[in-house]
Amino acid sequence: MRLHLKNARLMDPAAGVDRVTDIWMAGGRVASIGQAPDAFTADRVFDVAGKVVMPGLVDLSAQLREPGFEYRATLESELRAAMAGGITSLVLPPDTDPPLDEPGLVEMLKHRARQLDQVNIYPLGAMTVGLKGETITEMAELTEAGCVGFAQADRPVSDTRVLLRAMQYAKSFGYTLWLRPLDPWLARSGVAASGAYASRLGLSGVPQQSETIALHTLFELQRAVGVGLHICRVSSAAGLALIQQAKAEGLPVTCDVSINHAHLTDVDIGYYDTHYRLDPPLRGQRDREALRMGLAQGTIDALCSDHTPVDDDGKQLPFAEAEAGATGLELLLSLAFKWALEDKVPLLDALARVTQGPAKVLALSAPAMPPIGSLSVGSPADFCVVDLDAYWTVERRSLLSQSQHTPFLGMELPAKVLATGVRGRIIWELAR
Amino acid sequence: MRNLQLNKHGELTHLISTEGLSRDILQHILDTAQTFVPLAERDVKKVPLLRGKSVFNLFFENSTRTRTTFEIAATRLSADVFNLNINVSSAAKGETLLDTIANLSAMQADIFVVRHESSGAPYLIARHVTPDVHVINAGDGRHAHPTQALLDMYTIRHFKKSFSNLTVAIVGDVLHSRVARSNIHALTTLGVAEVRAIAPLTLLPSGLAEMGVKTYTDMAQGLKDVDVIIMLRLQNERMRGALLPSSHEYFKHFGLTQEKLSYAKPDALVMHPGPMNRGVEIESAVADGPQSVILNQVTFGIAVRMAVMTIVAGASS
Amino acid sequence: MTPSLDRLADMPTAEELYLRLLEGVRTLIKDLPQEQVHLVGILSGGAWLAERLQRDLELPGAMGSLNISFYRDDFDRIGLHNQVTPSDIAFDVVDRHLIVVDDVLYTGRTIRAAMNELFDYGRPASVKLVVLIDRQERQLPICADFSAWQTAEASTGSVVLAKTEQGTFSLHIEPETPDA
Repeated sequence: MRLHLKNARLMDPAAGVDRVTDIWMAGGRVASIGQAPDAFTADRVFDVAGKVVMPGLVDLSAQLREPGFEYRATLESELRAAMAGGITSLVLPPDTDPPLDEPGLVEMLKHRARQLDQVNIYPLGAMTVGLKGETITEMAELTEAGCVGFAQADRPVSDTRVLLRAMQYAKSFGYTLWLRPLDPWLARSGVAASGAYASRLGLSGVPQQSETIALHTLFELQRAVGVGLHICRVSSAAGLALIQQAKAEGLPVTCDVSINHAHLTDVDIGYYDTHYRLDPPLRGQRDREALRMGLAQGTIDALCSDHTPVDDDGKQLPFAEAEAGATGLELLLSLAFKWALEDKVPLLDALARVTQGPAKVLALSAPAMPPIGSLSVGSPADFCVVDLDAYWTVERRSLLSQSQHTPFLGMELPAKVLATGVRGRIIWELAR
Repeated sequence: MRNLQLNKHGELTHLISTEGLSRDILQHILDTAQTFVPLAERDVKKVPLLRGKSVFNLFFENSTRTRTTFEIAATRLSADVFNLNINVSSAAKGETLLDTIANLSAMQADIFVVRHESSGAPYLIARHVTPDVHVINAGDGRHAHPTQALLDMYTIRHFKKSFSNLTVAIVGDVLHSRVARSNIHALTTLGVAEVRAIAPLTLLPSGLAEMGVKTYTDMAQGLKDVDVIIMLRLQNERMRGALLPSSHEYFKHFGLTQEKLSYAKPDALVMHPGPMNRGVEIESAVADGPQSVILNQVTFGIAVRMAVMTIVAGASS
Repeated sequence: MTPSLDRLADMPTAEELYLRLLEGVRTLIKDLPQEQVHLVGILSGGAWLAERLQRDLELPGAMGSLNISFYRDDFDRIGLHNQVTPSDIAFDVVDRHLIVVDDVLYTGRTIRAAMNELFDYGRPASVKLVVLIDRQERQLPICADFSAWQTAEASTGSVVLAKTEQGTFSLHIEPETPDA
């Protein structure tokens, strides 16, 4: 498919580009920018005057619930949601059912994704068998099958010997571990952040020490071993400060924050609204401010959707009994833009946190992978067309994900994705 | 966030928490309770106010005492009372909370009195009933026990007349106590001079200062010149291990003995929501002594619950 | 067009009506065993009248007062009608002759509620009703055994009894109140 996008406002943080120009795509790649390639006849020409064309978003955490949890979501429904959100590359955590601890399962997943031929899927392998935190998996086999790193999803490893061995093993092959900073005992049975609000509501709290103690442990072991670490879903100012120190020290660390923690606080739980039942729990104002500052300065490398589909039965329960999680694929771009507008962050920097930033995290984790997250000449033609001036309301009936539970329901958000393309092919367009 | 307890006319239609209720509403409940107190002296203790109405006691957590007082209160209002011990029935078979409510609503319930182990459960229920159905919280997790707080306030008002210059101390497992939280909100709304919490740190939740409470870990200091002492029940589970080493040590330092009582004002009230653990949080001599108003609390509890049911049932749809 | 009750000028004063009431009650209870007669005033106007009747008649038996809020028939429409003074029936009602006293008899619903309440105290030997003013617009089969004044036809507005600090009675007109 040969595409010609005319009068596009090309915004590519990786290339430092923000200008109005034309883009030509052929053979699944960007053929030329600004000047028509020789003897090029486009199959489709789009005049996207007034609209932004940017690299397709790279989302570092999206649970697609397949295999195993198809009653909550399927690959088809969730990939459609991703495309509607302008996302062209997704990293999948390993907590499917069964968990991704065997090459066969990974191959099946990749095969399914290839058949659908839509967005690019990058699965994380389970770091321990069954995610049980006892024995390490065949990391080399899993990488060969397509895993880009190793993780424990939301099941922290309490046995520090296992954690140490996993780090040593991963380091031997140059693999990166993607870990949530969670102390299993301090976090146990907590459903909201420890503090005045959880106390008033009579909810069991998770103290921030759950995050900081876990980070101390991870960094201490990392200093000894030298393995690459990606910290998933930082949630507190204190935790972020530790990550900043580790980076300053020169440790190979990257980190991400979820859209929920970038925008919301514990008080938003209100009268026990289970849409705000999230793991890690939402913290206070100062934590949110620190996280947004960290995003702006780049201490936090990536903003991710932390897409976690939950069905109605999982949410229509008392708060402590409800399932944690929220849908997010369709909201990632809008929430990145909303943050940029509110905090007056330069647009290119903000968009970097959902393109260049996460692409860099992936590149560090899976160096053999071809680079993504940019729209320079020769890059894969993964892109989205966005109307930055349009607003849309988050409503149950307009969400494409099978799970319509998000704390942003009812909110009006800026920036609408008009079309998404992968390898030079338009895979999704907004119905007019 | 509009307060779910009030309908669009600002009338109390559910009672879920003392938090968020204005002083006027709290006083109105106490004043109404006062009109019901004399009924206990009559031969016929019933009045026909809720005749024809169905009150369903939904107790997901066992409690004979609280359930019985609600039953007495509803019966004295001439309502039809139905008791459901959910432990034993559908929830055990996996029926969700909302399905249980939907089924009962189909049986024309007017009032649900709910006790549940999960904080926030009554709000979930209140969001799913029609406007002519009322939810009264009989205790949800650690969050609230508003009728207990109201009868405690009634008791204090009965003996002390005014809330303004009072120092009130709440002693015991504040961390796990819904009674403590509801009392704290009611006391601060009604304008007492000072609210104190006295307990070892393992039993004090974070955020008490934000709720307007001064904390103490020493009884001598905490009880000094106090007007009202509210003792909380210490549950057996807390005494085994992680939070407290033993009931013996707890009683020695935090139990209300006559000696500790002497730090408070000579006319200080001794209150307890019951049931008491004699020898653990309170000494018998104090529980049965002249300053104890524990039995009055029980009597007032019926009138207060009658008042709450009458007020919510009378709210316009 | 319904005439309004603004023709107080045509009516005797409250004090004059009270004197008629006093004589009417005296006649009514003449043949009853005096120790078993009890006045029961409906709060607040009826109770004021009952207090003065109690003094003027020098009855041996104590009087009582009734707050009928719990027995009204309009709870579903207007909720609890909150009058702060509770009922006070300090004597045993069983086998006594009760004289219910109220200021205005209108639809009869108040008296229905009062009787239901009284019977929850016990079974009296008899119940009679005396009122200052009978508006004769009944919605229930209730009648007064004595009334000091009867208004002639249907009217809007309501007549209300007032009492000064010295205890003097007077009558006023107020906008319509439901179901008196």
